[in-house]
Amino acid sequence: MITVSNLTKNFVLHNQNSAVIPVMVKASLDVKAGECVALIGQSGAGKSTLMRMIYGNYLAQDGDIWIGKTNVVGASARDIISLRRETLGYVSQFLRVVPRVATRDVVGEPLMALGVDPSIARQRAENILSLLNIPERLWNLSPTTFSGGEQQRVNIARGFVYEYPAILLDEPTASLDAVNRSVVLELIERAKSRGAAIVGIFHDESARAQVCDREIDVSAFAPQVN
Amino acid sequence: MTQPLLDVRGIAKFYGARIGCADVSFDLWPGEVMGIVGESGSGKSTLLNCIAGHLEPDAGEVFFDTRVDGMKDTLLMSEPERRMLSRTDWAFVHQHARDGLRMSVSAGGNVGERLMAVGARHYGDIRARAIDWLGRVEISESRIDDRPTAFSGGMQQRLQIARNLVTGPRLVFMDEPTGGLDVSVQARLLDLLRSLVREMGLSAIIVTHDLAVVRLLADRLMVMKDGRVVEAGLTDQVLDDPQHAYTQLLVSSVLQV
Amino acid sequence: MSEYNFAYLDEQTKRMIRRSILKGLAIPGYQVPFASREMPMPYGWGTGGVQVSAATLTPDDTLKVIDQGADDTTNAISIRKFFQKTAGVNVTEKTAEASLIQTRHRIPEVTLREDQILVYQVPIPEPLRFLEPSEVETRKMHALEEYGLMHVKLYEDISKHGAIATSYAYPVRVEGRYVMDPSPIPKFDNPKMEMAAVQLFGAGREQRIYALPPYTEVISLDFEDYPFEASKADHACDLCGAENSYLDEVIIDDQGGRIFVCSDTDFCTSRQDQTKEEAA
Repeated sequence: MITVSNLTKNFVLHNQNSAVIPVMVKASLDVKAGECVALIGQSGAGKSTLMRMIYGNYLAQDGDIWIGKTNVVGASARDIISLRRETLGYVSQFLRVVPRVATRDVVGEPLMALGVDPSIARQRAENILSLLNIPERLWNLSPTTFSGGEQQRVNIARGFVYEYPAILLDEPTASLDAVNRSVVLELIERAKSRGAAIVGIFHDESARAQVCDREIDVSAFAPQVN
Repeated sequence: MTQPLLDVRGIAKFYGARIGCADVSFDLWPGEVMGIVGESGSGKSTLLNCIAGHLEPDAGEVFFDTRVDGMKDTLLMSEPERRMLSRTDWAFVHQHARDGLRMSVSAGGNVGERLMAVGARHYGDIRARAIDWLGRVEISESRIDDRPTAFSGGMQQRLQIARNLVTGPRLVFMDEPTGGLDVSVQARLLDLLRSLVREMGLSAIIVTHDLAVVRLLADRLMVMKDGRVVEAGLTDQVLDDPQHAYTQLLVSSVLQV
Repeated sequence: MSEYNFAYLDEQTKRMIRRSILKGLAIPGYQVPFASREMPMPYGWGTGGVQVSAATLTPDDTLKVIDQGADDTTNAISIRKFFQKTAGVNVTEKTAEASLIQTRHRIPEVTLREDQILVYQVPIPEPLRFLEPSEVETRKMHALEEYGLMHVKLYEDISKHGAIATSYAYPVRVEGRYVMDPSPIPKFDNPKMEMAAVQLFGAGREQRIYALPPYTEVISLDFEDYPFEASKADHACDLCGAENSYLDEVIIDDQGGRIFVCSDTDFCTSRQDQTKEEAA
């Protein structure tokens, strides 16, 4: 479902004498439907970078990223937008929202973007918010005022409210207590069993061990330092 | 969908030897929002006005998918055709509400004008639709007979949006829609624009110098400098992984809150 | 009489005005610009109507001049005498006997015939002027048939007053194309504009002529749920008893006593004469 091959990336900092910073060289990985693959490696080794590239948020200088039949590298903006809407979900570490929008609408949005009736979208949003122990009294409020852990759970809710065939998770259990951590891991298991291909970054080794089938060390793709 | 809603090719506008904008080409599909950012003098407003038919460009074509006649170059249209287009299928939200409203006409009259211009002749229906639209832009029904001069800046801007969208246009041009508004008012307006774009399947071209606005509203982004497009792509990609020197400068200059 | 050319204007000017009139008749309701001349009366006193009459009159015509329906106001008398002096035409106060009628702000109550011409005096020919001050823009609106603004005005009336408040100079749509200002006639007169006579409109200060050939479709603008009503005072004429003519309200004493009389003096007088004959 997700196939990365020979992926290479540099940053060119034009405002610093066009310094070229290579960050990834010939990265490859393959994730099948129903699999969860963990990206491991030291801080700064490129885990988030690789994830962002798969999502199309960062450009690649060379290589391919196949999500199903779409190659993210070189895809038009339109194609990536529709890929993100229908196929590829992404739970980042930070919750970025339009101010003033109620939590239930933030979470329901991926469904509404797919044309699902707003009342059904909100219902499903509420279901998953309950699952993640976000109390009902918060559903009408904007999540911008929530605690870190609450925001993280809203983020996760938004990532799982629609059954994406492919999902990217960046530290999904960070800042969560034991109860909510196990809820999230349960969500991941359910996604796997319905056939989703998942790539995740987990600092928490036990969480990683619980849901991930394989680990890929991204340091293998780091550029050689001379 | 086999063709874009809008296909802009090679738009250029010169002021003597000075470049207003040059070599701008892009396409826009139904439901897409395109942001055009740049600093003052970048040519973004010139470009918008050339595409929208307010300025005559020196070169280029603007193909629009007119439902009846397929793709037509709007620059070659007769004036009656173009004026009809801008009253029905197109909308233009000005930065200053007074440029986009009739200040001596009531809010209801402002919203109803486009309906009356295309033949609506039932007062009750016109008024009902005006009330409905005022509600959608969160203006209280009790204000329907008030003149826009009695409204706050944010309300005037929302009225302008209602006036433009009442005929269900497919393409909306916006020139700094949140410029000059208080931050909290901006947030409300952005939220409104996002939901309207999604509910109505609108396509929009938004010119702004505010990167935060563009991140929230636009799917795609074009960065302009000195009349030319220096970078274009997915909004989050251009802002998070800028390739061009100028874009990198622009992004790094934004103050963090 | 020999010091003046027939009807005061020189022949070339009359031809220019006739060309404008013909163009106006060919495009009913369209405002034709014309080179309005200096007349021996100030602007605002009917110079447009006088120029149109002057270009239209022939020595065989019989002229009637009315001002707000009356033959005997200062203006009506002055203009009638002007044409008697410069054209030597027969004059009359009887509508049925006139071949050309120049009017300020009223249409006669008697139905006009195909062999008659009605000339209106027009102050502001542009019906859109109050909402759009730019001449360039209003010309475009007429050319492109963009009349939404006209209905905005009516909408505003209803929202403010509960009804369309315009009571005179009520805008009309001619042959489904041009929106026209019928001059400040009361809206009661609007339905009469579908008539057998030729109607010519002259605005001297604004330099425009427009026209309606016989049997032209003239429809007063309205909304489906607020239809046009040709309304008048709910009263009969206190002199002749007519129920269906437009009335003037006349204060007769210092105690506020008032009577309602027909504004069309010839109509009223004829009815009174008829009543006397029948009584005799």
